[in-house]
Amino acid sequence: MSDHSAPVPAAAPPAMSAPTAVPGPAAASGPASAGPPALQLTGLTKRFGEKVAVDDLSLTVPVGSFYGLVGPNGAGKTTTLSMATGLLRPDAGQSLVHGVDMWRDPITAKSLVGNLSDGVKLFDRLTGEQLVTYNGLLFGLDRAEVAERVGDLLKLLDLEQAAGTLVVDYSAGMTKKIALACALVHAPRLLVLDEPFESVDPVSAANIRDILTGYVQNGGTVIVSSHVMDLVQRMCDHVAVVAHGRVLVAGTVDEVRGSSTLEDRFVELVGGRTHAEGPEWLRRS
Amino acid sequence: MVATLVKLRFLVLRNSLKRSVWQLVAVIIGAVYGLGILGVAVAGLVALGFAPTELATTVVVLAGSAVVLGWIVVPLVAFGVEQTLDPARLVVFPLPMSKLLVGLTAAGVLGVPGIVTSIAALATIATWIRSPFAAVAAAVCAVLAVLTCVVGSRTVAALSTSLQSRRRFRELAGILVFIPLILLGPIIVGLSRGIALSADALPGIARALSWSPLGAPWAVPADIAIGDFGAAGLKFLIALATLALLVVIWRWSLGVALVSPVSSGGKRVARGKTGLFGVLPATPAGAIAARALTYWRRDPRYARQLIVVPLIPVLLWFYSNNMGSLALLNAAGPIIAFLLALGLYTDISYDGTAFATHIADGVRGRDDRIGRVAALAIIAVPLVILITVGSVAVSGSWSLLPMLFGLCAAALLGGFGVVSVSSSQLIVPVPAAGDNPFKSAPGAGFTTALSAFATWGVLLLLMIPASVLAVLSLVFSSVLLGWLTLVVGIVLGTVFFVIGVRIGGAQLDQRAPDLLVRLRAQRSAA
Repeated sequence: MSDHSAPVPAAAPPAMSAPTAVPGPAAASGPASAGPPALQLTGLTKRFGEKVAVDDLSLTVPVGSFYGLVGPNGAGKTTTLSMATGLLRPDAGQSLVHGVDMWRDPITAKSLVGNLSDGVKLFDRLTGEQLVTYNGLLFGLDRAEVAERVGDLLKLLDLEQAAGTLVVDYSAGMTKKIALACALVHAPRLLVLDEPFESVDPVSAANIRDILTGYVQNGGTVIVSSHVMDLVQRMCDHVAVVAHGRVLVAGTVDEVRGSSTLEDRFVELVGGRTHAEGPEWLRRS
Repeated sequence: MVATLVKLRFLVLRNSLKRSVWQLVAVIIGAVYGLGILGVAVAGLVALGFAPTELATTVVVLAGSAVVLGWIVVPLVAFGVEQTLDPARLVVFPLPMSKLLVGLTAAGVLGVPGIVTSIAALATIATWIRSPFAAVAAAVCAVLAVLTCVVGSRTVAALSTSLQSRRRFRELAGILVFIPLILLGPIIVGLSRGIALSADALPGIARALSWSPLGAPWAVPADIAIGDFGAAGLKFLIALATLALLVVIWRWSLGVALVSPVSSGGKRVARGKTGLFGVLPATPAGAIAARALTYWRRDPRYARQLIVVPLIPVLLWFYSNNMGSLALLNAAGPIIAFLLALGLYTDISYDGTAFATHIADGVRGRDDRIGRVAALAIIAVPLVILITVGSVAVSGSWSLLPMLFGLCAAALLGGFGVVSVSSSQLIVPVPAAGDNPFKSAPGAGFTTALSAFATWGVLLLLMIPASVLAVLSLVFSSVLLGWLTLVVGIVLGTVFFVIGVRIGGAQLDQRAPDLLVRLRAQRSAA
């Protein structure tokens, strides 16, 4: 794999430093671009035994961007985001959130980040309302502030009906939504969302997309990992394609996809598409 | 199809044994034990062939009824023990119901308990060998009895599945069932005394049982042996009808269970009610205490630890009654303080990967420690005070109160310090939230026991100063030394507590992500 991945990142990152006028929201938050990027990952590396999950990965997420992180299963997306948000200690490399080192000054850095991680549980014996309140209090907000924000978030995410139900009794989509509310409650400047749309129904997904777009328009920054290319193409203004723990290409969506669709470009970059029709007995039905 | 199910059963058993040597050892020990019981049972049944018919009838009917009852009760007690052929997992295959029933029955009979029961049941042929008719009837009725056992246990399991699908019930039942198990010792002593007194009543009980579904199949050959063919015929009909009825119920409940999957209890509260989060201080530590207290109420893995509170005094009262002095009862307070304080020794393991919330939200290790201990203290301190005062009141030894409070303070405060450190280090396999709290997680057992004993040892060491003073105050009957115990217990305990929170908090600040890695690994292993 490394044979064709090597030249690509060398060519791609410089291109993204001068974004074209295409992405509206990013351009709207112009003044913020003077400071440090919302998230800067430098040389992140993680090994699990023999397997290199993330291999010297570097990525810059500009302030005010809606950044998509795409890649096949097992590409290292979750591992990368876990290291970026302080959940997983990198073997090497650095993660800077608005210039604050996640691993040197975790408490300051974490207060800037709203995190929805994939594959970890929630404290699901709390009701939805309690869970969001819990997160707000953990971030040090005062009681009145938390109560107001929890009310707003439950309304925004259409969870008011389920506010008093234990999270363990939620459907998968509702669980994602309450986790998103937990990530938003302390008004972070950077949202890191790992697979936020998995098993969310289309209406809720559209609502979440609107919320995120509004958040970006107001100067926030969002990173979303996903393997739904179509969604990323429509929603994000920047995208990075990750495979085998490396960034294959990164830049604005238009730069990355060129004249084709993001999905075709992705398949072209990552490879592995087969055209078999399956065994004969399976085609008969 | 039936053969496939039976084969599957043995395959699953073999594979689960391959996974762990210790499990294999446990099964071998269990098998030896089972064989031993079987040997005694068969020998006894053969020997009964030479005993008076009256005695043989009483023993066979009583023992047989106990066996049937055992088969029916076990699935109620042991949720999730026998999941090898969980019907819920077979639902995706196009199996006709009748074949499913036969297959499950066959697999049940061919399990270890089924084989043991079958052999013992067939051994009753030897008991009645003096009367050929009775021996033939014994063979037929043995089959009937074994089928009743297996089908009965499956019926109860299928029925309880529909109850178990309510989460609340499942969680509670797992705990309630444990209480009689702990009290088994006193119960057995009480029962054996009762039986010794009422040995004369046993034939009467057996006669009554022989007309019940539990005893009927065992009584048929006995009635034939004494020539009472009418009674034998009726009891045979009772046994047959029991089996038929069980099959019908089983078939029906299995049908219901297969289409109504495990669902939630659906408990909900009104909007705006955040419970303890609105009561405790609105700080990170306060929020963690509120969360932990909520879990003490909603998560049976925590509530389980409270079982010791009623049990220890009962056990101590029982034993001190036997000794003829109530002095032992006074130890209830300190013992409960000790056990409750150490209940949190691996608290983060109980969080599971939900602990990621604390890491992502940038919670300081100190706040985490203080919050968890505060929740425990809110529960444990009033309980310990109540129990200590109560035990002293019962035993009438008020002069010991300061000394006992000193020991309790040393145990509670020192324990809080110990668990603050240990739970920032130890990740042991624990049952996941929602599982039966007594189910041991894979890989648990040895490591868990070892780490638990290590924390016990450390706390015992920390309690030495207070304990020495307490013993001295008892030896010299000195009230002054008792008060000294109280002072030392509180002061030293506080010191240990503060040190424990400092160390544990610092460790958590440094190593929380590494703990999460281990929590994740554990989850994927489970």
